[in-house]
Parts: sequence; structure tokens; C-alpha cells
Amino acid sequence: MKPNDLILRGARREGLPATLLLAPFVIAFLLFFLVPAGITFWMSLTESSLTRTNAFVGLANYATLASDPSFWDSVLNTFYFALLTVVPLTVLGLVMALLVDHFVKARAWLQGVFFLPFVLPISVMTLIADWMLQPSSGVINHILGGQRPWLADPHWALPAVAIGTVWWTVGFNMLLFLAGLRNIPADLYEAAALDGARGFTLFRSITWPALRPVATTALILQIIASLKVFGQTYILTSGGPFNTTRVTLHYMVETAFTQSDAGYAAAIAMAFVAIVILLSLLQAWIAKSLAGRTA
Amino acid sequence: MKARANLGWTVAGIVAAVLLAALWAAPLLWALSTALRPELETVSSEFHWLPRHWTLDAFARTLAAGNVLRWLFNSFLVALLVTVATMAISLLAAYAFSQLRFRGRTILFGAAMLAFLLPFEALLVPLFRTMNQLGLINTYAGIVLPQVVSPVAVYVFKQFFDEIPADFREAALMDGAGPLRVLWSVYLPISGNIVWAMAIVTFIAAWNNFLWPFIIVTSNDMMTIPLGLTQTYDAFGVRYAQLMAAALLGALPVALAYIAFQRRVTQGFLAASGLKG
Repeated sequence: MKPNDLILRGARREGLPATLLLAPFVIAFLLFFLVPAGITFWMSLTESSLTRTNAFVGLANYATLASDPSFWDSVLNTFYFALLTVVPLTVLGLVMALLVDHFVKARAWLQGVFFLPFVLPISVMTLIADWMLQPSSGVINHILGGQRPWLADPHWALPAVAIGTVWWTVGFNMLLFLAGLRNIPADLYEAAALDGARGFTLFRSITWPALRPVATTALILQIIASLKVFGQTYILTSGGPFNTTRVTLHYMVETAFTQSDAGYAAAIAMAFVAIVILLSLLQAWIAKSLAGRTA
Repeated sequence: MKARANLGWTVAGIVAAVLLAALWAAPLLWALSTALRPELETVSSEFHWLPRHWTLDAFARTLAAGNVLRWLFNSFLVALLVTVATMAISLLAAYAFSQLRFRGRTILFGAAMLAFLLPFEALLVPLFRTMNQLGLINTYAGIVLPQVVSPVAVYVFKQFFDEIPADFREAALMDGAGPLRVLWSVYLPISGNIVWAMAIVTFIAAWNNFLWPFIIVTSNDMMTIPLGLTQTYDAFGVRYAQLMAAALLGALPVALAYIAFQRRVTQGFLAASGLKG
């Protein structure tokens, strides 16, 4: 929008109304975001309980963190969960979007079935998953045979939670890809079809290049979402068996609210934020350089 | 040759669509099939896909025994308060950011957008402390307040307002209308769709929020449905027909809201992710 006379004349007068309109947001933002963020950083430099800050200890919490095997195990569990979820969620999201987009007559039904789980509360997913995965009466063991206690098995617990998560959240990724598909002009396909392109060739030469930016967005959002896993593992396995599903946020919540070691928990939170930001930057950089190479 | 290749793709597509749809519908259908049978059938050694005796007993017991209705009410109240407050606060701020010229505008907007980078999870401990000092543990205010800061909503509304031609506002300003009046009678009517979409998405997100109520609520009576459902093992014991009935009762309101407002839900989630719907 170009500045014009009216707006320029208004520049001084608008200070007061702007203050009034912004006041509710700014106050809430300060109280519930900026100040707590600052306090988290400050607390990470102190020895604190859940209710009291006792002493400034400098970087001691971070030093402890660096050599705390429980912390690094939780980071590895989080990465493993991300590994198990990011690729299936992105690929399945794309496949579902292509199907919904292609089968015009079944579109509303397909989209509804794929997306519905995403709007359900987390504990609906965990209750159903827990029941389906029961060792003796669960439907999964009935189909596969055997009596495997999926959620109590150190090798299977996290993959099982990951599968539940894919079912629960893939609808969102499908939606992102669908929006991308809708933005591809139909005449592009018509022109390519006239040139004799069909099937996979159409996908490779038109659909995929057009979807690339969406795929990048979906991947970044998905990596962040997967790193922030907490509720699924907390409810389904409480971090067990043998801490194989205790993720970083779980370790932080436990440190703060069970051990009442809030200073150390704040250091875990800061490290977690650093990891999330670094990985999203890294991913964005990789996507950019890959796009640059093929362009 | 060509026709055969196309047929192959079509068949593969149909198989994939049917298979995936069945897989995605199955858990909810299985929960329903479980909830509609007597408790004894769920532990029977014989396996049946459908109930042998159809009954609403599990639903009746769930509604009578636990706190499910109370949790549903809490969720509804919390989600409604969060939505109304978030929409009001974000619309006012977005209008100021988009249409008014004042000092510090760019810096303030930039600071608000920082919130995209910092996950809410990192603020849990200080927020809990603040709420504790204010005496807001186990209160509706305590559950609602931290959820009303939505940089996403401010961003989406600002983008939308930026696209509205300046003539609209100028005409109203000539008539001597103040900013609130311009926002209310000029900007809001044009923004109906996006406001509804964001409101529904905010409502669903608040309804489903697990982490914050989990931190701030300890009393069973103040729990929202996502939190309360995790307590059902304690309330019912391991009774799977009842647990599935509880899960379905918790799923029903949002499922209905989604089915009723499918297009707006879609539009809202897309807008919130930074893509246009």
C-alpha cells in the first residue's frame, strides 16, 4: 500500500488509538510470553525449586546438562521419534492429497476420513491405541497372532507410539499438499497431456516441481512438531519401558514438576529450544541448496 | 499401450484410496464396536468384530460414573473463552499493525513474530510459577489466560487487512469515524470468512490442548476432556467398553464441529500454517 496524504497527516494522531488497540495484545504478550521467556533464561542460570529461586550458579546447570546421560538419552529418543514420524507423515500426506485430488466423486469422504483424527483430542487417540495394542485382547495381536506387549516392549514401544501419531496427525500434512495441488493451473496439465505426457511423467514434470515449496514447508512444520512430542509418549508409556520413550520435553517436565529442580529444567528447556531452532535452520538451508542445484 | 498404462495407475489409485481410507476409519469404528458391547465381551477369549449383544450400557455407565460431562463442560467453557478473547485481542492488534502509523510499529510486530520461534513448552515453568503466585492454579482463568496470546492470529489478520484497499478506510475516516468504528463496521464485515475460520481453528486447538491444562490443573473437577480422559483408568478400572465409550464421547463434539464446518476448518488451518486456503 502506498502512503498517501491522509495517512501521513494521520501519523501523529494515530499514536494514541494504536496504543489503545494494541494494549490487550501487548500486555498478554508480555505477561504470558516475553517475560516468561526471559525468566526461563534467567532461571537456567540459577538453582531453583518450582516455587523459589535460591542462588545464581552461572553456567553450572549447562555443565551438568552436557554430561547428563539421561538428557542425551531423551534427545536420542526424541530424534528417533522424529525419524520414525517425519518421513511417513510427509509421504503419506502427499499420497493422500493426490488421492483426494484425483477421485473427484469420493473427494469429500476421503478428505473427511483422512483429516478427522487430526481434530480429535490426543487422549482419544491414546485410549484407542492402548486398547488396540493390548497384549491378550487387542485387535492388533489378534490380526498378527501372538501376544506381544507392544507398549511394554523396549524395541516396539516408540514405533508403536509413532504409528499412532501418524494416524492422528497425517491429515494436516494432507491439507498442506492439497492446497498446493489446488494452486497448480489446470492448463499446465492439459498442455503437457497434449505433448503426450501421462502418469508418472506428469507427476514428475508438473506436480512435484509445483509442490516442492509446500513439501519444504510441510517438512519444517513436521520436524518441529515431531521434536515437540510429549503427550503421546507420556500418556501411552509414561516414558517407559526402561525410559526408552522418555523424550526431552518429558524429561524437562519431570525435572521441573516431579523433582522440583526448576533451574535445571529451565536449562533443559533452553537446550531444547536451541535444538529446535538449529534443526529448522539446517533443514531450510538443505532445502534451499537442493532447490538451487536442480533449478 | 497408453490405455493400459493409465488403467494400471487408476487401479493402483483405487486400491490405495480404499486401503488407506479403511485403515484410517478402522480405529474409530473398532472403538465404536467395542463401546457397543457388554464389558464381558471385551475380555472374552473368543474374538468378534461386531458385538454379539448390542448395548448402550457402556455409554450409560460412563455418563453416570465418571466426570465426563463435567470435563466436556469445562472444555466447552475454556475453548469458548479462549476463542472470544483471542479473536478480540488479535483483531484489535492486527488492525493497529496493519492500518495505523505509529512509532515502534515494525519492532513491536517483529517481536511478536519471534513467538513463532520459541515453543510454548519452554515457558511452562515460569508460567506455572506466575499462575501459582496469582492463585490461579485449578481455575478457569488459569487455564485460559496463557492461551490467548496468538501471534498466528495477529499475523493472519494483519495479512488480510493489508490487502483491503485503502479507499475503504479513507471513506470512513472522512465521515469522522474512529479506529474502533472503522474496524467494526468496515473491516470486520469484509473479513467474516477468515475470522470464522480462525475462530473455529482456535476453538478446536483450545479444546484439544493437553499440555497446559496438564500443568495447571490438578483437581478432577477442573479437568478438560483431553486431560480427564487420561484419568479414566482410575475412574473405571480396565473396562474397555467404558473406556471406548468415554473416548468417543470426548471425540464427538469436535468431530461434529469438523463435519459441520469442514471448509472453514480447512481454510483456518491453512491460513494458520502460512499458506492461503
